[in-house]
Amino acid sequence: MKNFSYYRPATVEQAVSLLENRFGNTELLGGGTDLHDLQKEYVSQPARVVSLGGIAQLQTVQVAEKSVTIGAGRTLASISEHPQLRQLFPALATAAGEIAGPQLRNMATLGGNLCQRNRCWYFRDEHSNCLLKSGSTCFALDGENKYHSVFTQGSRCVAVTPSTIGPVLIALGASVEVQNAAGKRLVEIGRFFKAPNANGEREHALASNDVVVAVQIPVQGLTNAHYEVRQKLSSDWPIVQAAVSFQGGRNGEKATDVKIVLGQVAPVPHVAQAAMRAIENQSITEQTAAAAGQAATQGAKPLSQNAYKLKLIEVAVKRALLLASGARPYWLA
Amino acid sequence: MSKKLHVQTTINGKETELLCEARQSLLEVLRDDLRLTGAKEGCNNGNCGACNLMLDGRLVNSCLVMAPEIDGRKIETIEGMASAQGLHPLQQKFLEHAALQCGICTPGFILAAKAMLAKNPTPSEGDVRHWHAGNLCRCTGYDKIIRAVLDAAPACAGKCS
Repeated sequence: MKNFSYYRPATVEQAVSLLENRFGNTELLGGGTDLHDLQKEYVSQPARVVSLGGIAQLQTVQVAEKSVTIGAGRTLASISEHPQLRQLFPALATAAGEIAGPQLRNMATLGGNLCQRNRCWYFRDEHSNCLLKSGSTCFALDGENKYHSVFTQGSRCVAVTPSTIGPVLIALGASVEVQNAAGKRLVEIGRFFKAPNANGEREHALASNDVVVAVQIPVQGLTNAHYEVRQKLSSDWPIVQAAVSFQGGRNGEKATDVKIVLGQVAPVPHVAQAAMRAIENQSITEQTAAAAGQAATQGAKPLSQNAYKLKLIEVAVKRALLLASGARPYWLA
Repeated sequence: MSKKLHVQTTINGKETELLCEARQSLLEVLRDDLRLTGAKEGCNNGNCGACNLMLDGRLVNSCLVMAPEIDGRKIETIEGMASAQGLHPLQQKFLEHAALQCGICTPGFILAAKAMLAKNPTPSEGDVRHWHAGNLCRCTGYDKIIRAVLDAAPACAGKCS
Protein backbone atom coordinates (compact mmCIF):
# COMPACT_ATOMS: atom_id res chain seq x y z
CA MET A 1 0.00 0.00 0.00
CA LYS A 2 1.15 3.52 -0.77
CA ASN A 3 2.11 5.39 2.37
CA PHE A 4 0.33 8.59 3.36
CA SER A 5 0.37 11.40 5.89
CA TYR A 6 -2.03 10.79 8.77
CA TYR A 7 -3.96 13.58 10.49
CA ARG A 8 -6.14 13.27 13.57
CA PRO A 9 -8.02 16.54 14.11
CA ALA A 10 -9.96 17.10 17.36
CA THR A 11 -12.76 19.20 15.85
CA VAL A 12 -14.85 19.23 12.68
CA GLU A 13 -13.45 22.70 11.87
CA GLN A 14 -9.91 21.34 11.94
CA ALA A 15 -10.94 18.38 9.77
CA VAL A 16 -12.56 20.69 7.21
CA SER A 17 -9.43 22.84 7.04
CA LEU A 18 -7.38 19.76 6.05
CA LEU A 19 -9.56 18.89 3.04
CA GLU A 20 -8.98 19.84 -0.59
CA ASN A 21 -11.19 20.98 -3.44
CA ARG A 22 -10.96 17.69 -5.34
CA PHE A 23 -11.45 14.05 -4.39
CA GLY A 24 -8.61 11.55 -4.32
CA ASN A 25 -5.55 13.15 -2.80
CA THR A 26 -7.03 13.51 0.69
CA GLU A 27 -9.51 11.01 2.12
CA LEU A 28 -11.63 11.08 5.28
CA LEU A 29 -11.30 8.06 7.54
CA GLY A 30 -14.32 6.84 9.52
CA GLY A 31 -14.13 3.20 10.61
CA GLY A 32 -11.68 2.34 7.84
CA THR A 33 -13.59 -0.74 6.66
CA ASP A 34 -13.98 0.71 3.16
CA LEU A 35 -11.03 3.09 2.81
CA HIS A 36 -8.34 0.73 4.12
CA ASP A 37 -9.63 -2.02 1.83
CA LEU A 38 -9.60 0.31 -1.21
CA GLN A 39 -6.05 1.39 -0.38
CA LYS A 40 -4.85 -2.21 -0.17
CA GLU A 41 -6.37 -2.83 -3.59
CA TYR A 42 -4.65 0.30 -4.99
CA VAL A 43 -8.06 1.62 -6.03
CA SER A 44 -7.71 4.56 -3.64
CA GLN A 45 -4.21 5.97 -3.16
CA PRO A 46 -4.51 9.13 -1.08
CA ALA A 47 -1.42 11.09 -0.06
CA ARG A 48 -3.24 12.31 3.05
CA VAL A 49 -5.77 10.64 5.36
CA VAL A 50 -7.80 12.68 7.82
CA SER A 51 -9.11 10.53 10.68
CA LEU A 52 -12.45 11.52 12.19
CA GLY A 53 -11.93 9.15 15.13
CA GLY A 54 -10.72 11.84 17.50
CA ILE A 55 -13.76 14.13 17.16
CA ALA A 56 -16.02 13.64 20.19
CA GLN A 57 -18.88 15.66 18.66
CA LEU A 58 -19.40 12.98 15.98
CA GLN A 59 -20.22 10.37 18.65
CA THR A 60 -23.35 11.92 20.14
CA VAL A 61 -26.94 10.71 19.87
CA GLN A 62 -29.61 13.24 20.86
CA VAL A 63 -33.20 12.10 21.16
CA ALA A 64 -35.53 15.11 21.33
CA GLU A 65 -39.30 15.32 21.08
CA LYS A 66 -39.39 16.29 17.40
CA SER A 67 -36.19 14.85 16.00
CA VAL A 68 -33.32 12.51 16.64
CA THR A 69 -29.75 13.48 15.78
CA ILE A 70 -27.17 10.75 15.33
CA GLY A 71 -23.48 11.69 15.08
CA ALA A 72 -21.79 10.52 11.88
CA GLY A 73 -19.08 8.73 13.86
CA ARG A 74 -21.49 6.38 15.62
CA THR A 75 -20.81 2.77 14.75
CA LEU A 76 -23.45 0.65 13.07
CA ALA A 77 -23.36 -1.70 16.10
CA SER A 78 -24.15 1.15 18.50
CA ILE A 79 -27.04 2.29 16.28
CA SER A 80 -28.49 -1.21 16.02
CA GLU A 81 -28.32 -1.65 19.80
CA HIS A 82 -29.60 1.80 20.85
CA PRO A 83 -32.90 1.22 22.74
CA GLN A 84 -34.61 4.46 21.66
CA LEU A 85 -33.51 4.14 18.03
CA ARG A 86 -34.79 0.56 18.00
CA GLN A 87 -38.13 1.71 19.30
CA LEU A 88 -38.59 4.78 17.06
CA PHE A 89 -36.89 3.55 13.90
CA PRO A 90 -36.87 -0.24 13.74
CA ALA A 91 -36.06 0.03 10.01
CA LEU A 92 -32.82 1.84 10.83
CA ALA A 93 -31.81 -0.39 13.74
CA THR A 94 -32.52 -3.54 11.71
CA ALA A 95 -30.68 -2.31 8.64
CA ALA A 96 -27.65 -1.29 10.71
CA GLY A 97 -27.69 -4.62 12.55
CA GLU A 98 -27.80 -6.68 9.36
CA ILE A 99 -24.73 -5.14 7.74
CA ALA A 100 -21.73 -7.48 7.46
CA GLY A 101 -20.71 -9.26 10.70
CA PRO A 102 -20.22 -8.05 14.28
CA GLN A 103 -16.58 -6.97 13.83
CA LEU A 104 -17.34 -4.73 10.87
CA ARG A 105 -20.42 -3.27 12.57
CA ASN A 106 -18.19 -2.40 15.55
CA MET A 107 -15.93 -0.41 13.23
CA ALA A 108 -18.06 0.97 10.40
CA THR A 109 -19.67 4.36 11.01
CA LEU A 110 -22.93 5.99 9.96
CA GLY A 111 -21.13 8.68 7.94
CA GLY A 112 -18.91 6.09 6.31
CA ASN A 113 -21.91 3.99 5.38
CA LEU A 114 -23.45 6.95 3.54
CA CYS A 115 -20.20 7.94 1.79
CA GLN A 116 -18.71 4.50 1.01
CA ARG A 117 -17.65 3.60 -2.52
CA ASN A 118 -19.68 1.14 -4.57
CA ARG A 119 -18.95 -2.61 -4.64
CA CYS A 120 -18.84 -3.18 -8.41
CA TRP A 121 -16.16 -5.79 -9.07
CA TYR A 122 -14.81 -3.87 -12.04
CA PHE A 123 -14.44 -0.71 -9.97
CA ARG A 124 -12.84 -2.64 -7.11
CA ASP A 125 -10.36 -4.43 -9.42
CA GLU A 126 -7.08 -2.56 -9.60
CA HIS A 127 -6.51 -3.56 -13.22
CA SER A 128 -9.97 -2.71 -14.61
CA ASN A 129 -9.81 0.86 -15.83
CA CYS A 130 -13.52 1.51 -15.67
CA LEU A 131 -15.57 4.65 -16.14
CA LEU A 132 -15.01 5.68 -12.52
CA LYS A 133 -11.24 5.52 -12.89
CA SER A 134 -9.79 7.01 -16.05
CA GLY A 135 -11.51 4.69 -18.55
CA SER A 136 -14.42 5.46 -20.84
CA THR A 137 -16.43 2.24 -20.54
CA CYS A 138 -18.66 0.69 -17.90
CA PHE A 139 -17.55 -2.95 -18.18
CA ALA A 140 -20.62 -4.21 -16.34
CA LEU A 141 -22.92 -3.17 -19.19
CA ASP A 142 -21.67 -5.99 -21.42
CA GLY A 143 -19.93 -7.97 -18.72
CA GLU A 144 -20.74 -9.72 -15.45
CA ASN A 145 -23.69 -7.72 -14.17
CA LYS A 146 -25.83 -10.00 -12.03
CA TYR A 147 -25.48 -7.77 -8.96
CA HIS A 148 -25.86 -4.49 -10.84
CA SER A 149 -28.72 -2.05 -11.47
CA VAL A 150 -32.12 -2.92 -12.88
CA PHE A 151 -33.15 0.72 -12.86
CA THR A 152 -30.16 2.35 -14.55
CA GLN A 153 -31.80 5.79 -14.38
CA GLY A 154 -29.84 6.93 -17.43
CA SER A 155 -26.56 6.45 -15.59
CA ARG A 156 -23.48 5.36 -17.56
CA CYS A 157 -22.16 3.50 -14.50
CA VAL A 158 -24.57 0.73 -13.50
CA ALA A 159 -23.12 -0.18 -10.09
CA VAL A 160 -25.74 -0.17 -7.33
CA THR A 161 -25.76 2.22 -4.38
CA PRO A 162 -23.94 0.30 -1.63
CA SER A 163 -25.55 1.92 1.43
CA THR A 164 -28.45 0.08 3.06
CA ILE A 165 -28.87 2.94 5.54
CA GLY A 166 -29.56 5.39 2.69
CA PRO A 167 -32.91 3.94 1.53
CA VAL A 168 -34.06 3.67 5.17
CA LEU A 169 -33.22 7.31 5.85
CA ILE A 170 -35.09 8.39 2.70
CA ALA A 171 -38.15 6.47 3.86
CA LEU A 172 -37.86 8.20 7.26
CA GLY A 173 -37.49 11.70 5.72
CA ALA A 174 -34.06 12.33 7.26
CA SER A 175 -31.59 15.15 6.59
CA VAL A 176 -27.81 15.11 6.70
CA GLU A 177 -25.87 17.79 8.60
CA VAL A 178 -22.89 18.74 6.48
CA GLN A 179 -20.09 21.12 7.40
CA ASN A 180 -17.51 22.93 5.29
CA ALA A 181 -15.44 26.09 5.67
CA ALA A 182 -18.53 28.24 5.06
CA GLY A 183 -20.41 26.63 7.94
CA LYS A 184 -23.08 24.02 8.49
CA ARG A 185 -25.99 23.16 6.22
CA LEU A 186 -28.73 20.54 6.06
CA VAL A 187 -28.96 18.31 2.99
CA GLU A 188 -32.25 16.50 2.48
CA ILE A 189 -31.33 12.80 2.27
CA GLY A 190 -33.25 12.43 -1.00
CA ARG A 191 -30.70 14.81 -2.56
CA PHE A 192 -27.68 13.28 -0.85
CA PHE A 193 -26.97 10.43 -3.26
CA LYS A 194 -25.78 10.92 -6.82
CA ALA A 195 -24.70 8.40 -9.43
CA PRO A 196 -20.99 8.71 -10.24
CA ASN A 197 -20.27 8.72 -13.96
CA ALA A 198 -16.61 9.67 -14.25
CA ASN A 199 -13.26 9.64 -12.52
CA GLY A 200 -13.25 11.95 -9.51
CA GLU A 201 -16.98 11.59 -8.88
CA ARG A 202 -18.47 9.96 -5.81
CA GLU A 203 -21.69 8.14 -4.93
CA HIS A 204 -22.96 11.25 -3.16
CA ALA A 205 -23.56 14.88 -4.06
CA LEU A 206 -21.22 16.41 -1.45
CA ALA A 207 -18.05 18.28 -2.32
CA SER A 208 -14.60 16.98 -1.41
CA ASN A 209 -14.25 19.57 1.36
CA ASP A 210 -17.56 18.70 3.05
CA VAL A 211 -17.74 16.59 6.21
CA VAL A 212 -20.87 14.66 7.21
CA VAL A 213 -21.44 15.63 10.84
CA ALA A 214 -24.74 13.99 11.74
CA VAL A 215 -28.05 12.64 10.49
CA GLN A 216 -31.32 14.16 11.70
CA ILE A 217 -34.46 12.06 11.61
CA PRO A 218 -37.84 13.68 12.35
CA VAL A 219 -39.98 11.92 14.96
CA GLN A 220 -43.37 11.64 13.25
CA GLY A 221 -44.71 8.40 14.63
CA LEU A 222 -44.10 6.61 11.34
CA THR A 223 -44.57 2.88 11.16
CA ASN A 224 -41.40 1.66 9.48
CA ALA A 225 -39.53 -1.48 8.50
CA HIS A 226 -36.71 -2.76 6.34
CA TYR A 227 -36.26 -6.07 4.57
CA GLU A 228 -33.34 -7.27 2.53
CA VAL A 229 -32.85 -10.35 0.39
CA ARG A 230 -29.45 -11.95 0.83
CA GLN A 231 -27.94 -15.24 -0.27
CA LYS A 232 -26.73 -15.88 3.28
CA LEU A 233 -28.50 -15.21 6.56
CA SER A 234 -25.74 -12.88 7.73
CA SER A 235 -22.39 -11.41 6.77
CA ASP A 236 -23.45 -10.90 3.18
CA TRP A 237 -24.33 -8.00 0.88
CA PRO A 238 -28.04 -7.74 0.09
CA ILE A 239 -29.19 -8.33 -3.48
CA VAL A 240 -32.36 -6.27 -3.07
CA GLN A 241 -33.50 -4.12 -0.15
CA ALA A 242 -36.82 -2.44 0.60
CA ALA A 243 -37.38 0.25 3.25
CA VAL A 244 -40.95 1.34 3.98
CA SER A 245 -42.66 3.89 6.20
CA PHE A 246 -46.24 5.11 6.62
CA GLN A 247 -48.74 6.55 9.05
CA GLY A 248 -51.12 4.04 10.60
CA GLY A 249 -51.23 0.76 8.74
CA ARG A 250 -51.22 -1.54 11.76
CA ASN A 251 -53.96 -3.97 12.81
CA GLY A 252 -55.92 -3.55 9.60
CA GLU A 253 -55.86 0.24 9.79
CA LYS A 254 -55.25 2.05 6.48
CA ALA A 255 -51.72 3.16 5.63
CA THR A 256 -51.20 6.74 4.49
CA ASP A 257 -48.19 8.84 3.48
CA VAL A 258 -46.56 5.63 2.32
CA LYS A 259 -42.93 5.69 1.27
CA ILE A 260 -41.22 2.71 -0.34
CA VAL A 261 -37.53 2.98 -1.16
CA LEU A 262 -35.45 0.27 -2.81
CA GLY A 263 -31.73 -0.31 -2.35
CA GLN A 264 -29.26 -2.37 -4.40
CA VAL A 265 -31.29 -2.01 -7.59
CA ALA A 266 -30.10 1.35 -9.00
CA PRO A 267 -27.10 3.69 -8.86
CA VAL A 268 -28.91 5.68 -6.15
CA PRO A 269 -31.71 4.59 -3.77
CA HIS A 270 -34.85 4.10 -5.88
CA VAL A 271 -38.13 5.62 -4.68
CA ALA A 272 -40.82 3.21 -5.92
CA GLN A 273 -43.56 5.71 -6.77
CA ALA A 274 -45.94 3.23 -8.41
CA ALA A 275 -45.72 0.92 -5.40
CA MET A 276 -46.40 3.83 -3.05
CA ARG A 277 -49.52 4.75 -5.03
CA ALA A 278 -50.65 1.12 -5.08
CA ILE A 279 -50.75 0.78 -1.30
CA GLU A 280 -51.63 4.37 -0.31
CA ASN A 281 -54.80 4.49 1.77
CA GLN A 282 -55.13 0.69 1.83
CA SER A 283 -54.96 -1.64 4.75
CA ILE A 284 -51.91 -3.89 4.51
CA THR A 285 -52.67 -7.52 3.75
CA GLU A 286 -50.73 -10.18 1.89
CA GLN A 287 -52.74 -9.25 -1.22
CA THR A 288 -52.25 -5.48 -1.11
CA ALA A 289 -48.58 -5.86 -0.14
CA ALA A 290 -48.02 -8.27 -3.03
CA ALA A 291 -49.70 -5.83 -5.43
CA ALA A 292 -47.40 -3.05 -4.21
CA GLY A 293 -44.45 -5.38 -4.72
CA GLN A 294 -45.46 -5.97 -8.32
CA ALA A 295 -45.90 -2.26 -8.90
CA ALA A 296 -42.40 -1.64 -7.50
CA THR A 297 -40.85 -3.26 -10.57
CA GLN A 298 -42.50 -0.79 -12.97
CA GLY A 299 -40.01 0.87 -15.28
CA ALA A 300 -37.23 -1.63 -14.58
CA LYS A 301 -34.82 -2.38 -17.42
CA PRO A 302 -32.71 -5.32 -16.29
CA LEU A 303 -29.25 -5.95 -17.73
CA SER A 304 -28.25 -9.26 -19.35
CA GLN A 305 -27.85 -11.21 -16.07
CA ASN A 306 -30.07 -9.58 -13.46
CA ALA A 307 -33.74 -9.93 -14.45
CA TYR A 308 -34.03 -12.23 -11.43
CA LYS A 309 -33.89 -9.12 -9.23
CA LEU A 310 -37.42 -8.15 -10.33
CA LYS A 311 -38.90 -11.11 -8.47
CA LEU A 312 -36.78 -10.23 -5.45
CA ILE A 313 -38.06 -6.65 -5.53
CA GLU A 314 -41.62 -7.98 -5.34
CA VAL A 315 -40.68 -10.16 -2.38
CA ALA A 316 -38.72 -7.48 -0.53
CA VAL A 317 -41.45 -4.85 -0.82
CA LYS A 318 -44.18 -7.27 0.19
CA ARG A 319 -42.27 -8.50 3.22
CA ALA A 320 -41.16 -5.03 4.34
CA LEU A 321 -44.79 -3.84 4.24
CA LEU A 322 -46.00 -6.88 6.14
CA LEU A 323 -43.24 -6.55 8.75
CA ALA A 324 -44.10 -2.88 9.29
CA SER A 325 -47.81 -3.68 9.62
CA GLY A 326 -47.02 -6.03 12.50
CA ALA A 327 -47.92 -9.22 10.61
CA ARG A 328 -46.17 -12.37 11.71
CA PRO A 329 -43.32 -13.07 9.27
CA TYR A 330 -44.73 -16.17 7.55
CA TRP A 331 -41.40 -16.75 5.79
CA LEU A 332 -39.68 -17.62 9.07
CA ALA A 333 -40.31 -21.09 10.40
CA MET B 1 7.19 10.69 2.46
CA SER B 2 5.80 10.66 5.97
CA LYS B 3 7.84 10.09 9.06
CA LYS B 4 7.10 7.27 11.45
CA LEU B 5 4.32 7.93 13.91
CA HIS B 6 4.66 7.50 17.64
CA VAL B 7 1.87 5.47 19.24
CA GLN B 8 1.18 4.68 22.88
CA THR B 9 -1.19 1.87 23.58
CA THR B 10 -2.03 -0.84 26.10
CA ILE B 11 -1.74 -4.41 24.84
CA ASN B 12 -3.02 -7.17 27.11
CA GLY B 13 -2.68 -4.87 30.11
CA LYS B 14 0.88 -3.82 29.28
CA GLU B 15 1.64 -0.24 28.27
CA THR B 16 3.42 -0.29 24.94
CA GLU B 17 5.09 2.40 22.86
CA LEU B 18 5.84 1.89 19.20
CA LEU B 19 6.70 3.61 15.96
CA CYS B 20 4.62 2.78 12.92
CA GLU B 21 4.05 3.89 9.38
CA ALA B 22 0.62 5.34 8.66
CA ARG B 23 0.00 2.64 6.05
CA GLN B 24 0.52 -0.24 8.46
CA SER B 25 -2.51 -2.02 9.80
CA LEU B 26 -2.83 -2.89 13.47
CA LEU B 27 -2.41 -6.53 12.43
CA GLU B 28 0.90 -5.81 10.69
CA VAL B 29 2.23 -3.90 13.70
CA LEU B 30 1.30 -6.72 16.07
CA ARG B 31 2.70 -9.52 13.94
CA ASP B 32 5.70 -7.94 12.23
CA ASP B 33 6.91 -5.43 14.79
CA LEU B 34 5.73 -6.69 18.18
CA ARG B 35 5.92 -10.41 17.29
CA LEU B 36 2.45 -11.05 18.66
CA THR B 37 1.55 -13.61 16.02
CA GLY B 38 -1.65 -14.93 17.59
CA ALA B 39 -3.86 -12.82 15.34
CA LYS B 40 -3.60 -14.26 11.83
CA GLU B 41 -3.69 -12.71 8.41
CA GLY B 42 -6.32 -14.56 6.38
CA CYS B 43 -8.08 -12.47 3.76
CA ASN B 44 -6.63 -9.11 4.86
CA ASN B 45 -9.89 -7.39 3.85
CA GLY B 46 -12.36 -7.96 6.69
CA ASN B 47 -14.10 -11.11 5.51
CA CYS B 48 -12.53 -13.96 7.48
CA GLY B 49 -12.14 -12.82 11.11
CA ALA B 50 -8.74 -14.56 11.57
CA CYS B 51 -7.25 -11.23 12.74
CA ASN B 52 -10.00 -10.54 15.31
CA LEU B 53 -9.06 -8.78 18.51
CA MET B 54 -10.61 -6.48 21.06
CA LEU B 55 -10.09 -2.73 20.70
CA ASP B 56 -11.44 -0.78 23.69
CA GLY B 57 -13.58 -3.81 24.52
CA ARG B 58 -15.09 -4.16 21.05
CA LEU B 59 -14.38 -6.96 18.60
CA VAL B 60 -12.70 -5.67 15.43
CA ASN B 61 -10.86 -6.93 12.36
CA SER B 62 -7.32 -5.74 13.04
CA CYS B 63 -6.43 -5.93 9.34
CA LEU B 64 -8.76 -2.96 8.74
CA VAL B 65 -7.60 -0.82 11.66
CA MET B 66 -4.98 1.72 10.65
CA ALA B 67 -2.11 1.44 13.13
CA PRO B 68 -2.00 5.13 14.18
CA GLU B 69 -5.68 4.84 15.17
CA ILE B 70 -4.74 2.74 18.24
CA ASP B 71 -3.00 5.62 20.02
CA GLY B 72 -4.34 5.85 23.56
CA ARG B 73 -6.51 2.77 23.20
CA LYS B 74 -6.63 -0.66 24.77
CA ILE B 75 -5.99 -3.86 22.84
CA GLU B 76 -6.64 -7.43 23.92
CA THR B 77 -5.32 -10.33 21.84
CA ILE B 78 -5.38 -14.11 22.12
CA GLU B 79 -1.98 -13.92 23.86
CA GLY B 80 -3.69 -12.26 26.84
CA MET B 81 -6.40 -14.86 27.37
CA ALA B 82 -4.70 -17.59 29.34
CA SER B 83 -3.60 -16.69 32.87
CA ALA B 84 -1.14 -18.11 35.38
CA GLN B 85 -4.03 -20.27 36.61
CA GLY B 86 -4.39 -21.91 33.22
CA LEU B 87 -6.27 -21.65 29.97
CA HIS B 88 -9.33 -19.47 29.55
CA PRO B 89 -12.53 -21.59 29.63
CA LEU B 90 -13.05 -20.93 25.92
CA GLN B 91 -9.57 -22.20 25.08
CA GLN B 92 -10.14 -25.24 27.30
CA LYS B 93 -13.46 -26.07 25.64
CA PHE B 94 -12.00 -25.66 22.14
CA LEU B 95 -9.43 -28.32 23.13
CA GLU B 96 -12.00 -30.65 24.71
CA HIS B 97 -14.30 -30.47 21.69
CA ALA B 98 -11.43 -30.67 19.19
CA ALA B 99 -12.89 -27.50 17.72
CA LEU B 100 -9.87 -26.87 15.53
CA GLN B 101 -7.82 -28.61 12.91
CA CYS B 102 -5.24 -26.36 11.26
CA GLY B 103 -5.76 -23.70 13.92
CA ILE B 104 -5.42 -20.60 11.75
CA CYS B 105 -8.97 -19.38 12.43
CA THR B 106 -8.97 -20.40 16.11
CA PRO B 107 -7.71 -17.19 17.78
CA GLY B 108 -10.28 -15.20 15.81
CA PHE B 109 -13.11 -17.54 16.79
CA ILE B 110 -12.11 -17.48 20.45
CA LEU B 111 -11.95 -13.68 20.52
CA ALA B 112 -15.33 -13.48 18.76
CA ALA B 113 -16.82 -15.93 21.27
CA LYS B 114 -15.41 -13.93 24.17
CA ALA B 115 -16.96 -10.73 22.77
CA MET B 116 -20.31 -12.45 22.30
CA LEU B 117 -20.38 -13.96 25.80
CA ALA B 118 -19.62 -10.55 27.31
CA LYS B 119 -22.85 -9.26 25.73
CA ASN B 120 -24.90 -12.43 25.81
CA PRO B 121 -23.84 -14.94 28.50
CA THR B 122 -26.55 -17.48 27.62
CA PRO B 123 -26.57 -17.69 23.82
CA SER B 124 -28.70 -20.08 21.81
CA GLU B 125 -27.13 -22.11 19.02
CA GLY B 126 -28.64 -19.61 16.57
CA ASP B 127 -27.06 -16.70 18.46
CA VAL B 128 -23.64 -18.35 18.28
CA ARG B 129 -23.95 -19.07 14.56
CA HIS B 130 -25.21 -15.58 13.79
CA TRP B 131 -22.52 -13.88 15.86
CA HIS B 132 -19.71 -15.89 14.25
CA ALA B 133 -20.85 -15.05 10.72
CA GLY B 134 -17.75 -12.90 10.30
CA ASN B 135 -15.40 -15.81 11.01
CA LEU B 136 -14.44 -18.36 8.39
CA CYS B 137 -13.16 -21.86 9.11
CA ARG B 138 -12.22 -24.09 6.17
CA CYS B 139 -11.50 -27.25 8.21
CA THR B 140 -14.06 -28.07 10.85
CA GLY B 141 -17.41 -27.40 9.22
CA TYR B 142 -18.15 -25.18 12.26
CA ASP B 143 -20.13 -27.75 14.24
CA LYS B 144 -17.46 -28.46 16.84
CA ILE B 145 -16.73 -24.76 17.21
CA ILE B 146 -20.39 -23.99 17.89
CA ARG B 147 -20.56 -26.81 20.45
CA ALA B 148 -17.36 -25.66 22.17
CA VAL B 149 -18.68 -22.10 22.51
CA LEU B 150 -22.06 -23.28 23.85
CA ASP B 151 -20.31 -25.56 26.33
CA ALA B 152 -17.96 -22.79 27.46
CA ALA B 153 -20.76 -20.29 28.10
CA PRO B 154 -21.60 -21.39 31.69
CA ALA B 155 -17.91 -21.50 32.69
CA CYS B 156 -17.43 -18.03 31.19
CA ALA B 157 -20.18 -16.38 33.21
CA GLY B 158 -18.65 -13.25 34.67
CA LYS B 159 -15.21 -14.01 33.23
CA CYS B 160 -15.70 -12.97 29.63
CA SER B 161 -16.15 -9.25 29.96
